[in-house]
This record gives sequence, structure tokens and C-alpha cells, in this order.
Amino acid sequence: MAVADYKAPSTVSEAVSLLASAQMKAKVMAGGTDLIIQSKSQTAEPLLVVDLKRIETMKDYQLTDEGLSLGPAMCCAEFTALEDVKAVYPGLTEAAYLIGSTQVQGRASVGGNLCNSSPAADTIPALIANGAQCVIEGPDGDRTVPVEDFVTGVGKNCLAANEILKRIVIPRPAPGTADAYLRFIPRTEMDIAVAGAGVSVTLDADGTCTAARVGIGAVAPTAMLVPAAAAALVGTKLDDTALEAAAKAASEASNPITDRRGTVEFRRHVVGVLVKRAAKIAQSRAQG
Amino acid sequence: MSEAQDYKYIGQRTIRPDGFDKVTGRASYGADLSLPGMIWGKTLRSPHAHARITRLDTSKAEAMPGVLAVAVHSDFAAVSDEAIQAGEGSANLIDLASNILAKNKVLYHGHAVAAVAAKTEALAEQALALIEVEYEVLPPVMTALAAMAADAPVLHDDMFTTGLEETPDKASNIANRVEFKIGDVEAGFAEADVIVEGTYKTPTCHQGYIEPHACTVRYDEDGQSMIWCCTQGHFDVRTSTAKLLGMELSKLKVVASEIGGGFGGKTTVYQEPVALILSKKSGRPVKMVMDRDEVQLATGPTSASHNWVKIGARKDGTITAMQGKFIYEAGAFKGSPVMMGCMTAFTPYEVPNLYAEGFDVVVNKPKVAAYRAPGAPQGEFAAEMAVNELAAKLGMDPIELRLKNAAKEGTQTIYGPKFKRVGLVECLEAARDSEHYKAALAENQGRGVASGFWFNVGGQSSVVINMNPDGTGTIVEGSPDIGGSRASMQMMAAEELGIPLEKLKPIVADTEMLAYSQGTGGSRTTFATGMAVIEAAQDVVRQLKERAAALWNVTAEQVDYADGVAYNTAGEDKMTCAEICSKADRTGGQITGRGNINARGAGPSFAVHICDLEVDPETGKTDVIRYTAIQDAGKAIHPSYVEGQLQGGAVQGIGWALNEEYVYSPEGKLENMGFLDYRIPVASDLPMIDTVVIEVPNAFHPFGVRGVGESGIIPPLAAVGTAAANAIGTHVTELPLSPPRVLKLVQEKG
Repeated sequence: MAVADYKAPSTVSEAVSLLASAQMKAKVMAGGTDLIIQSKSQTAEPLLVVDLKRIETMKDYQLTDEGLSLGPAMCCAEFTALEDVKAVYPGLTEAAYLIGSTQVQGRASVGGNLCNSSPAADTIPALIANGAQCVIEGPDGDRTVPVEDFVTGVGKNCLAANEILKRIVIPRPAPGTADAYLRFIPRTEMDIAVAGAGVSVTLDADGTCTAARVGIGAVAPTAMLVPAAAAALVGTKLDDTALEAAAKAASEASNPITDRRGTVEFRRHVVGVLVKRAAKIAQSRAQG
Repeated sequence: MSEAQDYKYIGQRTIRPDGFDKVTGRASYGADLSLPGMIWGKTLRSPHAHARITRLDTSKAEAMPGVLAVAVHSDFAAVSDEAIQAGEGSANLIDLASNILAKNKVLYHGHAVAAVAAKTEALAEQALALIEVEYEVLPPVMTALAAMAADAPVLHDDMFTTGLEETPDKASNIANRVEFKIGDVEAGFAEADVIVEGTYKTPTCHQGYIEPHACTVRYDEDGQSMIWCCTQGHFDVRTSTAKLLGMELSKLKVVASEIGGGFGGKTTVYQEPVALILSKKSGRPVKMVMDRDEVQLATGPTSASHNWVKIGARKDGTITAMQGKFIYEAGAFKGSPVMMGCMTAFTPYEVPNLYAEGFDVVVNKPKVAAYRAPGAPQGEFAAEMAVNELAAKLGMDPIELRLKNAAKEGTQTIYGPKFKRVGLVECLEAARDSEHYKAALAENQGRGVASGFWFNVGGQSSVVINMNPDGTGTIVEGSPDIGGSRASMQMMAAEELGIPLEKLKPIVADTEMLAYSQGTGGSRTTFATGMAVIEAAQDVVRQLKERAAALWNVTAEQVDYADGVAYNTAGEDKMTCAEICSKADRTGGQITGRGNINARGAGPSFAVHICDLEVDPETGKTDVIRYTAIQDAGKAIHPSYVEGQLQGGAVQGIGWALNEEYVYSPEGKLENMGFLDYRIPVASDLPMIDTVVIEVPNAFHPFGVRGVGESGIIPPLAAVGTAAANAIGTHVTELPLSPPRVLKLVQEKG
């Protein structure tokens, strides 16, 4: 791809109409940390870049009794510094904190991570664990899609060529709820998840888990919700038996490949370990 | 001799003279030179690991507007079958030419097939797509063992194994066999109470320098030419390129840019001769810059190896025999450093019976290049792992076992000479007595120790010191500065001249301004170029005395010189260096000191490392939690840069042990190009590498210097390997200890 034209509209509707009327292949850019690398590929196909960073509503947030409404293009450096958001969704904050390096986080965004739709994206399992909804604007208006249904394949999602992810909405968790996200990489940073797990648990007064959501990443073509892993946790006090059962369910639900970053056996095993460990962290946070 | 002597500069932590340019970004690296009218060169690379080129047609690319030249292998018409000095070994010219532009076969994924020069980088890229190549794809040979099989596809049908009693009449992938021995190992094993043996494997690893290879070249109408490039040895770039292109040395000027790492990998040529062909054909300056993928595909790496080692010892720990069979991959063309592997593996030990046999084997991977102590880490990994196994079997402390058998002054080496004074025992004692070695370990943690030996080299260095009329001077040297050597040269010259450090400016000159100097490699620069600097400074001092004598009407013998001041022993007169220089016009003209040497007497540097490592038994993740690198520097000229070399070597060795490896598909395609998936350690991955600098002076150097650049990469492989084995409670025989492999070891142990 070769960047042939660049537009920076100031509203989402304007951006949608630019996409709808584009005479060439068009790509939406938030931070550009994936797009710039992709545009260096050798094909000379002309590309229109529609930059969303001039649209204020793409970068703001509201945290209310209803929950979080996030502008998808807010950069991770800004997002991870939101102490009020971190207090409610610490796992999502830590997932966003793992994307790239300090420098990259000045550009990269949660929405960009989602729309790039890599199987290894760190924020997606954390968004799944939190029951996030994607609000999408197109020429015919808005529609809302649960985050686990947003990504449809490796690098693919449900956005039509003329649609834009304009909001990420996460319900406020019930009292006694907390989340956590863990990923496995062979080094400590500057790496991409070999496996990832986001877990949210809700505990009642005596510590029994009344609700849970488990999202796993980098172990299938898309990050996925694992209801069986959540079911293994609900009704228990997250004892070792329950955690092992959740780990097993996650391993069984995974569908990884062997590549330069890990083998099928390794990824299956490790994703279970991560679910178990993330659940324990979420538990200790929920017990505050 | 240097012992107990007070130095003014030697041993201080002075500010490096190249520091400002580097921290401000002003320093010019390989890709930083652009010239008027310059065009861009790009390389077409093989998508196959092993294939015959059945058709190569560049006509469409040549006809494309904006394309000014194309280069293919036949442009190296003048090349003869001769060996030349290249880096830390020698290379065959035909092999060198066939590596940088494939002849009639491509021998690895990424092998250069042709190059194009066009008005812009983008046009050059587009022109590559117009080059038509047809391949007859051949089965790839991806490991040394597969290559040695009787029915293996043969890479070179004209390669017959050398080093055998009889040269075979059938071509094979085994280029050469070497053998070293002292005593009788069978008799030694017969004396042993305990025997350990094992097979140890290491992967293909890259030097991982941050700066990709880059050059800008110009070939003028009158046959004069210039290469600007990042290299460890610009005089050797001149030799290789001139030979490949059939030029006289005086027609080719090579300028060494600042260099962003080399580690041995920038001691040979890749793009420079090709760029010069493109410049000659187009009449334009040509720039060629590799991207990271190209660096990993077609430069470096070091040999993967497959090594069998056997050691016998008495119950008291006396080693009676050591034997090894070392098989190293050379990559696509002969010339792995297996001989160095054989020479180093057992050398930290004084053992009467030693036998090392080595095989140099070609495979469908890039031709290996020197990498920091080339050949030593692989062989010493095998030997040191086996020594640690032996210690465990004997129930002996691994450092005590090493001390009992340590090489020292007078020890007969397997490769010939007996050691002069060496510092292994001091390093081992420092390790044994360290707080680190006594510290307790927690669950899932393990500790490993290992030694490392590297010869170090001397060689040819040329230095000129030009004194200015104000008493300042320029140190003109020919060794590209990779690790802070300009600072060391400045310190040694200031020490000899007795003048303030900042009065001397060290520079790395191009090949026209100075006589031949070998490249920066073999840990030779501070030692050998340092000796040339000292010689040049002494030459300046001699002339300063003569000039002062002339001004005082006495003989030079009547003049003393100390701390930058000349004294008339026949009177009361004295004159500073600056005063003598300011009057040089009256005493015969300006003063230049010279040092042209071929340094002998490089002192070996031994290293001993201690590694503590924690294993996560559920994921196989390893964390180095504490690390100490101990090494004999002879005399540390600039302690910070000595420590930096120890730390850098340790980090590279740890990366080699833990995560670095070339991952190939079954078709022989490299799958993990780039630093995302070729995992060198990042800063946050490792603890502070603690250092202990031992100083057992090298009697052959005026200040006692031993080279320190290489030994530090050797011990980490076995120190990390043993620490992991101890943490898990199992045996480790193969690197890297990447999480999937470690998890498997944990699970197999149960």
C-alpha cells in the first residue's frame, strides 16, 4: 500500500462519509502503530488514510454509574493514567499498559488494538471479561456488537468498509467484582502475547463467586469468551479445584497453532495457567 | 612493568571523546552519508533455501525508466580461487563473491541473486520485481547432522572433505576435519574412577547489532573510488573489495563510519563490492542500506553446533582425560569456526590427555560470520556443562573442581604453546569467595557457574600522532571504535606524553591517511593498537627531547622528559611539551610520532560467571535473578568500558542460552526475522550484571593489557544451562532454554 491521500475529519459522521465516498482503498487510522507498518508492504496499491485523532469524541471518556464510555482512539498512555477507570477496571488498564513500549503507547489506542483484530491483541480478552460493547457508526446509523463478536478472524472484524467503531461501552460491574489480565511472553516487554487471559469475577459477602467472565487470547484465530471456564468458577470460592477446572476448560476451548512464538501444546497449557492466575488476582482485588 | 605504578590516566573513568556526538545524534553512521547525484541500490534475494538458478533475465529491470544499473555474479569476472584475510579468519574469494551475489545456485533463503540501482529507493524496489529468475528447487539441508548423512543432497559438487588421511573422491557437505590432541585419552579414561559424557546442541544465533549494514560508494571516471560504510575493519573492506573487483589498493579509499555494533559480524563484506559495481556501471554514487530482515537473512550468523564431550576423573577430582567431537555448521560456504571450538573447549583445564575432533559442515543457511570469540561459546558450552555434571557426580563443588584442574602458567595447551602467566585461578577464587556464590537460593531457583577461555590476538596496527604548534595533538589510528577504544588510546598517549588528556584528540583515519591496520576484532584494539599508540607517543617523546636538546645546545641524551616537561640535565633549563612544539619550526619542522607494529604476545583472558535463575514450573519461563561476571583484564585502561565489555558479553551469552535461535520452516525458510521474534534480551529482562575485574598483568604489554571483548560471551551458555538444570532438577543438553523447551523439561521430570 502507498499512502495516496490523507484526511483528518472533525466528526465521526464526516469520517463515515469519507469512507463511503472513497475512490480507492481506505483505512482508518487512530494511533497508526499497526497501520504505518502495514503500509510499508511492497504493493503500490494507493491508499486513503482517514485519521480519527482530530475527532474529540474519539478520544474522550465518561465514567458514570452506568459504566465506562470510551472514545476508542484515546492513546494508551492517557488511558492507563485514568485513575478512576483503573479503580473500576484494573485488568483492562493493565492490558492496555502492555501494548508496545512507552513510546508506542503515546500513539496506540484501545480501539486501534481492537480494530487491528490480531489474535494476540492484549486488550480484547480484557474487554471480553468486562462484557464490553462496540458502538459502530455507518451511513445508516449506529449499531452495537458485543466485543466477543466484533472480531471475526485473524485481522478481520465485523466493520464494513464504511463503518467506524465510535465508542467502547463497558457496563459498571456489580458490587464485589474485579478483573485481571495476564499474558505470557518469553521476555518482559517489547513482545507479543503467546497466550493471554482476562478474567472478571463477582464475589458475594462470604467470598463465593456469583458471576464470572473469562476471555482468552493468542490461542485461537480470535480472542474468545470461554463460558465453560466461567461456569467452573461460579458457585465456588475459587479454590484450587475450581481454578484447575477453569484452567482445563480454557485449555480445551483454545484452538492454537504452532508457530515461531510457541507450540500448540505449550499454548494450550499456558492459557490455562494464565486463567487460573488471573482469576486469583481478580479474586484478591474483589476482596479488596 | 606496570605493577604498583601510579598512573595519571590509566585506570580512570574519563569522559569518552566520541560521547557528545553520540548522545546528540550528530555522529554519522553507515547510512548517514549522502552524495550529490546519489542513487539507491537494492538486492533481490532468493525465496528458496536451496535451488539451481536455471534462468536469470534482468533486461526488463534494466529497461525500466529510472534504473541506472544492474549487478549479477558474472560482474565479478576477475575473481580467482584464492584465500584472503577476512575478519578473524580467512575466506575464499570465489565463495565470497558467490555469497554476495549467487553464482548458479542459491544456497539459503535470502541469498542475494542480483542488485539494482535506481534514482529512488522505491524505483529500485519496483525494478527488483522485474528481474526474472527461474529456479529448480532442491531439497534443503538444514542441520549439520542431516548434511553429513550419506544420502544428503550436496550443496557444492566440487567440495571434497579436507583434513582426512585420504581425500575422498565423492563430494560431500563436510568441508573439513580438524584434530588436536595431547597425551592419550584412552589411557586417561582407563585411569578414571568417574566418567561423564553427553551431547550438547546450540542453535543458529545472530550477532544482533542494532545498526544494519549500510554503505555509500562512488566510482569515478578516472578509476578512483570511495566506500563509506559501517565496518569493524575498513582496511579489510578495501582488501576484499579490491580483490573482488580487480583493483589496486591505492585506487580504493574506504572510510569507516561510526558503527552501531558489530560483534564480529561486520568483519566481512556484503553490499560494498556490489554497490561499487553499480556505481561503476551507472557513473553515480550509490547507497545501499539493508533492512532488519535482510540483516537476519543474509549476514552473520554464528554456527549451530552438535557436540559430544566425554570427561574422566579420579575420585579426588583430578581430571585424567577430556575428549570431544565438535560439529559446526558453516552455513552455505565452508569456514565455520570449529577449529577455534576445538582449541578452546578444554583449555581452562590442565589435563594431560586431551583429544578434540572438529567437522566443518555446510548447510542451507547464511554463511556464518565471526561472532564474539568465534567458535568458543559452542564448544565450551559442551565442555563446561560436562564439567558441572562431573562435579555433581563427584559430589564436589564446581568451583573447587575447576580450581583443582585449572590452567595456569606453564600449562600445555591443546593447540601448541604453554601458557605464560594467566588469571584463571584468580577469577575462580574471586567467584568462590564472592558474596553471590554464598547467597541462599529459594524454591525453583538454581545456580550455575562456568569458565571461559579466549586467546585474544595482536596483529598489525598503524598509528600516527601529529603534534600541533600549541602542544596539542591528534592521535590518528585505524581501528574502528566499537567499545570506547578512542578513549583508551587517548589515555595511553596522554600517560606516555605526560600531557592533559584533553590536549589529545583521537580519530579513526580512512585507508588513505594511514598504513594498513587490521580490523577491530579478536579483542585486539586496546592491546595492539594501544601498543602502536604507545610506540608513537614514545617516538614523539624522543623527538621532543631532540628538539629541546637542539634549543639548549646539548645532546638528546642530556635531556630528561617527565610529566610533559623536558629537563636539561646539564643545566637548569626546562621546557614544556607545548613550548617545544611552539618552537618546532626553528628545530626542523613539525613533530609526528609513528608506531607501525605487528603485535605479538596477546594475553589470554579467562572469565568465570555465576548465574542464579528462577524457573516458573507452570509456564517454563526463566528469569535470571542474579548474575556476576568475573574476568581477567590484565590492566583495565578504562574500567567502565572493561565492565561494559563484561556485561555486554554476558547479556549476549544469556540471550543465546535463553531465547535466541533461527526458526526455519520445513522448506528452509527463516520464520523469525526481526527483533520481535528473534528475542535478544531487552534491558528489563535482566538484572544488573555485576562485574569483578581481575588484573593479572600481561607481561607483553607496557601497561599489562589483555583484550577483554570476547571471553565474556563464553561462560553464560553453561552457567545459564546449569542454573536451569539445577532449578528444575534435570539435565540440560540443548539451547535455547525457551519457555516451551523448559516447560517440557519440567513436565518430563514430573
